[in-house]
Amino acid sequence: MAKIVHKEVLAPQIKLMVVEAPWVAQKAKAGQFVVLRIHERGERVPLTIADFDPSQGTVTIIFQEVGKSTMLLGTLEEGDEILDFVGPLGKEIEERNFGHVVCIGGGVGIAPTYPKAKALKEKGNFVTSIIGARTKTMLFWEEKMQEVSDVLLVTTDDGTYGEKGFVTHVLERVLQKEKVDLVIAVGPVIMMKMVSMVTKPHGVKTLVSLNPIMVDGTGMCGCCRVTVDGKCKFTCVDGPVFDGHSVNFDELMARQRIYLEEEQRALDLWLTEQAKEEAFRVV
Amino acid sequence: MSSNRFFGRPKMPQRPPEERIRDFYEVPLGLPEWAAVEEAKRCLQCKNPQCVKGCPVEIDIPGFIRYLAEGQFGQAIAKIKEKNSLPAICGRVCPQEDQCEMQCVLGKKGQPIAIGYLERFLADYEREKGIQEPPLSKPRHRKVAVIGSGPAGLTCAGDLAKMGYQVTIFEALHAPGGVLIYGIPEFRLPKAIVAQEVRYVQSLGVNLELSRVIGKTYTLKDLHDAGYEAFFIGTGAGLPHFLEIPGENLNGICSANEFLTRSNLMKGYLFPQFDTPIKIGRRVAVIGGGNVAMDAARTALRLGAEEVCLVYRRTKKEMPARIEEVERAGEEGVNCIILTNPVRFVGNDNGWVTGIECIQMELGEPDESGRRKPVPVPGSEFIIPIDTVVVAIGQGPNPLFLESVPGLVLNRKGYIVADPETGATNLRGVFAGGDIVTGAATVISAMGAGKKAARAIERFLEMPQSFPQWG
Ligand SMILES: Cc1cc2nc3c(=O)[nH]c(=O)nc-3n(C[C@H](O)[C@H](O)[C@H](O)COP(=O)(O)OP(=O)(O)OC[C@H]3O[C@@H](n4cnc5c(N)ncnc54)[C@H](O)[C@@H]3O)c2cc1C
Ligand SMILES: Cc1cc2nc3c(=O)[nH]c(=O)nc-3n(C[C@H](O)[C@H](O)[C@H](O)COP(=O)(O)OP(=O)(O)OC[C@H]3O[C@@H](n4cnc5c(N)ncnc54)[C@H](O)[C@@H]3O)c2cc1C
Ligand code: SF4
Ligand code: SF4
Ligand code: FES
Repeated sequence: MAKIVHKEVLAPQIKLMVVEAPWVAQKAKAGQFVVLRIHERGERVPLTIADFDPSQGTVTIIFQEVGKSTMLLGTLEEGDEILDFVGPLGKEIEERNFGHVVCIGGGVGIAPTYPKAKALKEKGNFVTSIIGARTKTMLFWEEKMQEVSDVLLVTTDDGTYGEKGFVTHVLERVLQKEKVDLVIAVGPVIMMKMVSMVTKPHGVKTLVSLNPIMVDGTGMCGCCRVTVDGKCKFTCVDGPVFDGHSVNFDELMARQRIYLEEEQRALDLWLTEQAKEEAFRVV
Repeated sequence: MSSNRFFGRPKMPQRPPEERIRDFYEVPLGLPEWAAVEEAKRCLQCKNPQCVKGCPVEIDIPGFIRYLAEGQFGQAIAKIKEKNSLPAICGRVCPQEDQCEMQCVLGKKGQPIAIGYLERFLADYEREKGIQEPPLSKPRHRKVAVIGSGPAGLTCAGDLAKMGYQVTIFEALHAPGGVLIYGIPEFRLPKAIVAQEVRYVQSLGVNLELSRVIGKTYTLKDLHDAGYEAFFIGTGAGLPHFLEIPGENLNGICSANEFLTRSNLMKGYLFPQFDTPIKIGRRVAVIGGGNVAMDAARTALRLGAEEVCLVYRRTKKEMPARIEEVERAGEEGVNCIILTNPVRFVGNDNGWVTGIECIQMELGEPDESGRRKPVPVPGSEFIIPIDTVVVAIGQGPNPLFLESVPGLVLNRKGYIVADPETGATNLRGVFAGGDIVTGAATVISAMGAGKKAARAIERFLEMPQSFPQWG
């Protein structure tokens, strides 16, 4: 059981929770994730550790409500408990001075970018961060990212805030003007794929954090397998961070769609039930 | 004791195939009381019982059978529990035909005593009556950590608790039981039974910490610093092997571990009442011929597949699965495609599997396992059209924990090297047993290893100077 001690709505459908889980907080490193289960019938949901505080024993998670489980999680309030909260899982990123690091966060991916930028900044890297969202209201943690970055660049797809366009446009410009030693990108798979395509001709090492569908998160089921450099890797134990130039992104995108039909069914059913309950309350 | 001269070995009553493939309820129904008692009377009460030698945990088999024949069920179960804290499970999933029953003298000329059925009968009888809380032994204030709650871990923990130690089991998943809970399906081992056996172990004073991945959440060193003086590693062989042939990451192909975990642990067969989905096509192929493959095939049928086939590269005779299970799968309509090996998967433009390209095999010379080695017949490739594939070709050691223990000696295949008599590893105070030492084996051998290790741990804690150091 892990108690929710703080909750914030960062953007429409994007929520932050600070959870009491000292067993995770004490060991967490940038790049790692947790798997949680909300209730007895729930699925195991992987979420990146967006921040952690070993002294308080807390872990911060940020999630986008995309389906039943994340929406249900969003209904929990401060004081509520999450049934299972296991971690930290996966491998941490290498924390050392690379020189100039560009950290890119797209959409809800801004959250998992933060601990990486923070850790690398602490190691003395010059950190340029690029964060992007569809529109202004979807953007969050600009100030926090500013704190851990030497330069922060902001984009929105529709131009309602910062620069109009995709993070990749800004990245291309940075790569042309400056020497970059490492790029780290977290966001939708398509974004990570585009970022890797942009950095490839520049020969800049690029790390991406993959989010395949998972079950156990401990290397037991193989559901999270991805092809990296032609070899089969398990994201939950070998990753989640991999070399973007070696990842087969198209395969990953196809694999993320395996349960679309079932997920929609679960969501529809849940929404109908919610609506019924709501109707009762009104009556 | 009056002997049974009228009845032979009883047949296990089971539900008819057409009924049972529509649900996940248990298939064999258990012996009625009279049949169990009659069967017990058939036992010769050998002075030098061979059956005991076939049981990895050395249950006093004639002892419990005598009580059973006399109608003293309580005493009979107590006799079993002296050695085996999980009888309801062993009575169901032990490969008895290769163990206790294979050694029974009655089997030499006729039918061996149905030891497994009797064990199951008594365990079920006790469950219905309510389990007796065991008297606790004098507490010894020393802490032992058990990593993994599979049969090896549960047995080791139970035995250590009986000796009075303070035992905590750390389990990575959210439910205890290891393969018993995530692998073996409900229709073969009802989860309520596993839960009850776990509660029994807990009633002995064992502490259970779920959702704690050792190597990640805590390391052995963290536990040592927290006052744990000895460790038992029972993390199992949970790493699924894949065929490593082209197309294996197409949608619709998964490991048996994933398929069974979704169905059993996550209750995917009850989706959408439970949130974890499970995908099942019209035509399902399961690749492999072991217990795991049988479980996957029979699960696929129950999930509504119209056709389920097993693709196996040798013949039925070489299948490592229990005969009983192969037969039940056959009765239920699982089709065996033998002497066939997949060479690649074919898929459609959306990334879904549509078929398996296979090659015909023939049996050649015996290999190191003594079974005749299958060799491909050149030019015999053909395609099996399929919607879902479950790969059940075996498991290996999961490196997650092992990587976190520097210096622990592993063998060539990556399993822990441990003394077969004590479970001692090369690290002092660290013991191991079950599948993580032997590779995928059986529930009862894992329990046997847990038992031996518990004894060794006691010796290590009480007389450390006498405990041999090696490695
Ligand atoms: C290592 C890892 C870290 C992650 N970190 C975060 C995070 O910090 N914040 C966050 O919002 N999300 C994160 N995700 C994704 C998150 O796990 C999924 O969004 C969530 O499981 C969806 O569950 P659901 O029931 O709400 O939606 P579902 O109904 O299951 O799915 C809705 C949609 O999301 C897609 N989806 C389902 N599961 C996943 C998945 N595991 N990853 C990506 N897409 C998925 C589906 O294809 C579908 O389009 C992470 C995933 C992984 C593997
Ligand atoms: C589908 C299937 C069917 C089978 N059918 C039979 C049968 O009919 N009869 C039979 O005798 N045998 C059968 N077997 C084999 C039998 O189940 C195993 O040999 C036995 O379970 C091994 O026990 P174990 O305790 O060594 O490991 P497991 O049962 O594998 O348990 C290991 C436990 O350790 C946990 N763990 C792993 N790593 C960590 C970590 N780092 N930290 C904390 N916990 C961890 C795992 O989550 C798991 O719960 C079957 C196996 C499978 C997969
Ligand atoms: S535990 Fe297994 S091997 Fe031992 S007596 Fe019981 S059924 Fe036979
Ligand atoms: S060997 Fe057979 S007959 Fe003899 S005691 Fe054992 S079960 Fe009974
Ligand atoms: S999620 Fe099961 S192996 Fe990675």
